[in-house]
Amino acid sequence: MTEAKIRIATTSLAGCFGCHMSFLDMDERLVSLLEQVELNRSPLTDIKHCGPCDIGLIEGGVCNEENVHVLCEFRANCKILIAVGACAINGGVPAMRNYFDLQDCLQEVYLNGAGITNPQIPNDIELPLLLDKVYPISEVVQVDYYLPGCPPSADEFLQILEPLLKGQEPVLVKAHLHYD
Amino acid sequence: MDDHTITIDGAEIPFQQGQTIMDAALAAEVYIPHLCHYPGLTPRGNCRLCSVDMGNKSVAACTTAAVAGQQISSDTPALNAARKSITQMLFIEGNHICPSCEKSGNCKLQAMGYYLGMLDEHFPQFYQRREIDASHADILLDRDRCILCDLCVRASREVDGKDVFAIAGRGMDAHLIVNSSTGKLIDSNMAASDLAANICPVGAILIKQEGYQVPIGQRIYDQNMINEVGLQEKAVKKTKQDDD
Repeated sequence: MTEAKIRIATTSLAGCFGCHMSFLDMDERLVSLLEQVELNRSPLTDIKHCGPCDIGLIEGGVCNEENVHVLCEFRANCKILIAVGACAINGGVPAMRNYFDLQDCLQEVYLNGAGITNPQIPNDIELPLLLDKVYPISEVVQVDYYLPGCPPSADEFLQILEPLLKGQEPVLVKAHLHYD
Repeated sequence: MDDHTITIDGAEIPFQQGQTIMDAALAAEVYIPHLCHYPGLTPRGNCRLCSVDMGNKSVAACTTAAVAGQQISSDTPALNAARKSITQMLFIEGNHICPSCEKSGNCKLQAMGYYLGMLDEHFPQFYQRREIDASHADILLDRDRCILCDLCVRASREVDGKDVFAIAGRGMDAHLIVNSSTGKLIDSNMAASDLAANICPVGAILIKQEGYQVPIGQRIYDQNMINEVGLQEKAVKKTKQDDD
């Protein structure tokens, strides 16, 4: 009987998918990783909801109600939740909207900005409501590990994943730390 | 016991009369973490990162005189944990979005985070709204990133002889102000060559027109840890004594 694979789910909330691109930079090392791991909900599988998983990787901060739902679904289903990248850890670049009132942002983008035709603030019922601010994921759920970087490199993904796959505690090398 | 030595983490360190613990440590190439200290400028004890244990009390190494026989602990797990918490608080009090900051890689606050193994900011973010002053042709003042170390205040007063900056307000209201009729940098006598324009440990005071000349990844703290760089800093020369 083959050993059960470790289940990993990934998502991008208020992020740019750059951390996911960096994850894919593992290149051929993905092959050996996938011998031990199976992907659950992820932009890479297109599975829509997170099932019971061992590890959840969250890219991006929390900017709207859908982000809150997705994050809570991950927390409820993942034994270990990892905040991946600057945006998940402190809001990152999307959090720069926090210096302005939300209404001012919407008006600037959709009503008063340069080159806008048919100005109107989108209010389709399908669109998730925006939160007043962009929040780090740790202000919404308990986070188990943090992987800084914008984005963290493929090597750093492995630095945190490889020990976890063996049931060991990951230690990030200080000399490799970067927040940019 | 020698009359002119102190002990830091078990190592005997010589000092000269008038030196602080920080002065003696730096001279002996012993690194005590610090952000608001710069050799040659009057020490202020603002950031508290250089807190060290002496007997049963903690003191700021940069403002405490070296006295023969002092037994000092600095590089301990408890002190480094406290220093990490201080660094995290400095991050969450301001708006430190490293990926968007030109200082990234040259920033001492960031480098301190690396040195102390800071992976997250732990405390809830303040997301403060602070005023940016882009009025000066050559210098940008972005208070979002100011950690109130007051190095620019001292550099301007003690080395540039200009008195361009001060810290106004208390506690949460503390902020950097500019000594000019409008409160704007353009109306001050500050120049890009001033020490005050170049000593900022974070990205609060930036020189315009030279952003990203050195690519991210090739900058000071991309190459070296802050404990290595911090021992290389040469003392600046005061032109005026700080007497306030």
